[in-house]
Amino acid sequence: MRPLGYARVSTVAEAVEIVATDPAGAFLAGGTTEIDLVRLGVARPDLLVDINDLPLHDIDDLPGGGVRIGALARMSEVARTPAIAGRYPGVAQALLLGASQQLRNMASMGGNLCQRTRCAYFRDGVSPCNKREPGTGCSALDGLNRGHAILGTSEHCVATHPSDVAVALVAFDAVVHTAGPGGVRRIPIDDFYLMPGDTPDRENPLRHGELITAIDLPPAGIAERSVYLKFRDRQSYEFALVSVCAAVRVEDGIVTEARVALGGVGTKPWRARLAEQHLLGVPATAESYAAAAAYELSAAVPRRHNAFKVELAQRAIVRGLTQAARGGMR
Amino acid sequence: MNTAIGRPVDRVDSQAKVTGGARYTAEISLPGLTYAAVVGARIPSGRVEAVDASRALAAGGVLAVLTHENLPEIAGQPHLLPSLLGAAAPGQSFFPMQDAAVHYAGQPVALVVAESHEQAQYAASLVDVTYRREPSITSIDEGRDRVYEAQRLFGGLMPGRDERGDVETALAEAPVRIEAGYRFAANHHNALEPPATTAVWQDGRLTLYDSTMGIRATQLTVAHLLGLPLSHVRVITHFVGGGFGSKAMTWPHVTLAAMAARHVGRPVRLALTRAQTYTSNGHREEQEQSISLGATRDGRLTAIRHHKLSITSRFDDWAEPATGVSSQLYDVEHYEGVHSLIQGNTMTPTFTRGPGETLGVFTLETAMDELAYELGVDPVELRLRNHAGADPRGNPWSSDGLAECLRLGAERFGWHGRDPRPRARRDGDWLIGTGMAAAAYPVAFFMPEQRARARVYEDGSAVVQTGTQEFGTGVLTVATQVAADALGLPLESVRFEAGDTDLPNTSAAVGSAGAGMVSAAVHAAATALRDRLVAMAVADAASPLHGADPAAVDVADGRMRLRDRPGTGESYADLMIRHRLADTEAVGSWTPPPLDTPHGLLTFGAQFAEVAVDPDLGLVRVRRMVGVFAPGRVLNPKLARSQLVGGMVWGLSQALLEGNEMDTRHGRWGASNLGEYLVPVNADIPEITVEFVEVEDDVVPLGIKGVGEIGQVGAAAAVANAVFHATGRRLRRLPLAAELVMDPPASS
Repeated sequence: MRPLGYARVSTVAEAVEIVATDPAGAFLAGGTTEIDLVRLGVARPDLLVDINDLPLHDIDDLPGGGVRIGALARMSEVARTPAIAGRYPGVAQALLLGASQQLRNMASMGGNLCQRTRCAYFRDGVSPCNKREPGTGCSALDGLNRGHAILGTSEHCVATHPSDVAVALVAFDAVVHTAGPGGVRRIPIDDFYLMPGDTPDRENPLRHGELITAIDLPPAGIAERSVYLKFRDRQSYEFALVSVCAAVRVEDGIVTEARVALGGVGTKPWRARLAEQHLLGVPATAESYAAAAAYELSAAVPRRHNAFKVELAQRAIVRGLTQAARGGMR
Repeated sequence: MNTAIGRPVDRVDSQAKVTGGARYTAEISLPGLTYAAVVGARIPSGRVEAVDASRALAAGGVLAVLTHENLPEIAGQPHLLPSLLGAAAPGQSFFPMQDAAVHYAGQPVALVVAESHEQAQYAASLVDVTYRREPSITSIDEGRDRVYEAQRLFGGLMPGRDERGDVETALAEAPVRIEAGYRFAANHHNALEPPATTAVWQDGRLTLYDSTMGIRATQLTVAHLLGLPLSHVRVITHFVGGGFGSKAMTWPHVTLAAMAARHVGRPVRLALTRAQTYTSNGHREEQEQSISLGATRDGRLTAIRHHKLSITSRFDDWAEPATGVSSQLYDVEHYEGVHSLIQGNTMTPTFTRGPGETLGVFTLETAMDELAYELGVDPVELRLRNHAGADPRGNPWSSDGLAECLRLGAERFGWHGRDPRPRARRDGDWLIGTGMAAAAYPVAFFMPEQRARARVYEDGSAVVQTGTQEFGTGVLTVATQVAADALGLPLESVRFEAGDTDLPNTSAAVGSAGAGMVSAAVHAAATALRDRLVAMAVADAASPLHGADPAAVDVADGRMRLRDRPGTGESYADLMIRHRLADTEAVGSWTPPPLDTPHGLLTFGAQFAEVAVDPDLGLVRVRRMVGVFAPGRVLNPKLARSQLVGGMVWGLSQALLEGNEMDTRHGRWGASNLGEYLVPVNADIPEITVEFVEVEDDVVPLGIKGVGEIGQVGAAAAVANAVFHATGRRLRRLPLAAELVMDPPASS
């Protein structure tokens, strides 16, 4: 492991100040991904600024029925918070299906949003990778790409975003609060994730030294009967082949509102807006869901080892919507 | 009489393990200890053009950087032989860093020694190696034009071809034929403890603390490679965190650790990283198998042709033998088993749990399932109808039990009344299927004489020693049980010591042979000591046993007594104190029966599985498994059951999860950690039932045939056959990944 410095801070201003003025500085929260990447030589900070003492742990109700999640709240705490489990069951389920209990006890919500791809070529520290070393090429395009994305890809990167909870947050229009050298910002979560395009090294709009302070979940009645389904090779402790967060409102057999987001198949947590549009005003049947899913996946760009995900994602959407229409997790 | 044998005794080392008191090799702390890190080649083929160690040498704490330019030459070339034979066992007949050639990715090209583990790892990342890349072959697909038939396998131990009768004609004339081909991804062992070695030199003598399944093999190999007298090499191994074949051979890092320690003049610890275990201790080779079965309409096999093609290294004709079961499990007149190879840019593959035969049995037993469907015969009945009563030479089995395993398994599982139609059972989104397979594994007898030493002290306590090692199987516990019974002492009075080459020799514990050979040697030593003490008593005028026939004396709770007059006798302690013996000891040995023993040697079992398959999403969940085995005498049913359950979990894992793909462009494995190379988590493991069928065996040592492999064999086939029953689709690759299992778009 590279030698590096370590500092511990107690205020947001101090944290931002130190990292903003040190080009090789980085924040350290739960560390469940970051320390791995430092050990692998993929992340190369000279200074880790430990922010775990900052007062960003609380989970509070917002007026009107929303919830504000402090950036340092742990995944397991958020999942068992009644306001989340009751009003946003899809979010709670996404949290509980991620990682392992030990990791969920340690990993922070802000860190979760910033976690890096599990692409083996990115993590091996050796292979050409535009995300790790811009301009070196993408080893996954024609390599072992079973786990890679089929939506939102470019010729420069097909890496999948690994987060589960971000998928559910995208479905319910969460808002990311940040504090940085230029002041505070509110960023809609769908804008927080950038498509790789020709700059896959740039994954979000955070500036150097800008820190996530909280995540707001706005009020959303539809979320109360949301589901999050995750499909993978083994039954726990694995990233998704495909996952789906789904919520649907049905009146007299007709869909009047729908939320669909996908994990495991996109270069970012994938809000399936095409499918959502397609669902409005159609009968709440498996056939309608399949048609909407096919519409969403018509933009997919499969590669040699991940072509099955095009079909798998469609079937997952149908499964998710069917279960959501039946009354969600309960 | 004491009867520790056969009781579900707790592990004697369990407390040390759960409290952290057990010290593993990478935890050995020594004064002046330094740390080594291996730099592995990034290319699979070519040359090291230059090594610039200047940045590494300038980093904090670095003591040395060794490369092919400054590492001494080895004294003797390695030559491959399985460690069970009791000779040097280097894993591959190539030793790295002797010249600039690179034969496989991960091959050691430099070694950094530093004051701390972290400093060594960091400095290793600063060694700048310039390579000249040359064309490589790292997959079967890349080497199809270079296939050749292997003459000998396993380091020359076994023939590559096995045939009898006229397969060609018999298949052509068979009323029913099944033909199938399979592709199997490479497997890795993934022992929880990555291999580690700590090397200490003192006065020209070398002590190695090594994470190995065979301390003797380490001693012989390192002495050979370094040109040292065997008396100058001592190997100590107290605990090993799993082997599964990965530590059965002595891989280059062990000798490199010794060379590094000699270079820096201080003790060196070399612990491989998790990623390095994928390129440092062998693997189960990527392979293809094809099988043709010929049968009569009433379900009698007439011919089997079974071929295996796999990829090996540039320097060794290594393939796990895959036809040792298919050639003899069933009564079939015409047989042909052939192993073909491609030499490529991987390291030499090695033993992996259920070596070779596990995939051979997968091929045979999934084809048998197909034959059962073709004929409309129940799969259990088809096995019963064809089971051979003797091996192909006509020698009766040393012990059998297959029919009993099949019948008991069918009963426990609830097989009878099964609706054989595929896709007939549904549970919500899930299709339910059941499947079964016969299991068999050869009993190995390649080892030389095995020895142990037993000592009784004047207080009646005893120490029994042999140079084996505990790697999780429970050998410390079963050897204690065997020694206690043979000496006639309570279990608590006996301490078993192992893990040191200064102790009497036993071979590497591989191929399910560990319990049998260690127990046989321990039994011989303990019996010899008991006989000596009894002889001393009957010859002693002061003993109550004076003049008795030694054969009429038995020992219980440390007291020698007349079998038919238990009141007459005395304790070991009384006898020894009277003779002023503080202790007395004996060495015992056991020599395996000759390889041409007129007996067929297979361990038998039967596997049953129920699966649920979600055909839309390609998910397979195993709901329950039943395994019934006839492993001969069971020394400790608790430990045996643990090993068998572990084996069945391996089989499930092999069927559904495990496999590594090669990125042939770079010649590197796609997965190099447990996040990418999948093994099951608790949630994947269903209810598992293990039952034993008792068989008497007076050919194998103490009647023990071993439980290390047989639990794994056949389990994957039972799962795959259940997946067919659930879905109606024959899938001919392992692992059964979602993309194979999910119904194709057209049929959904």
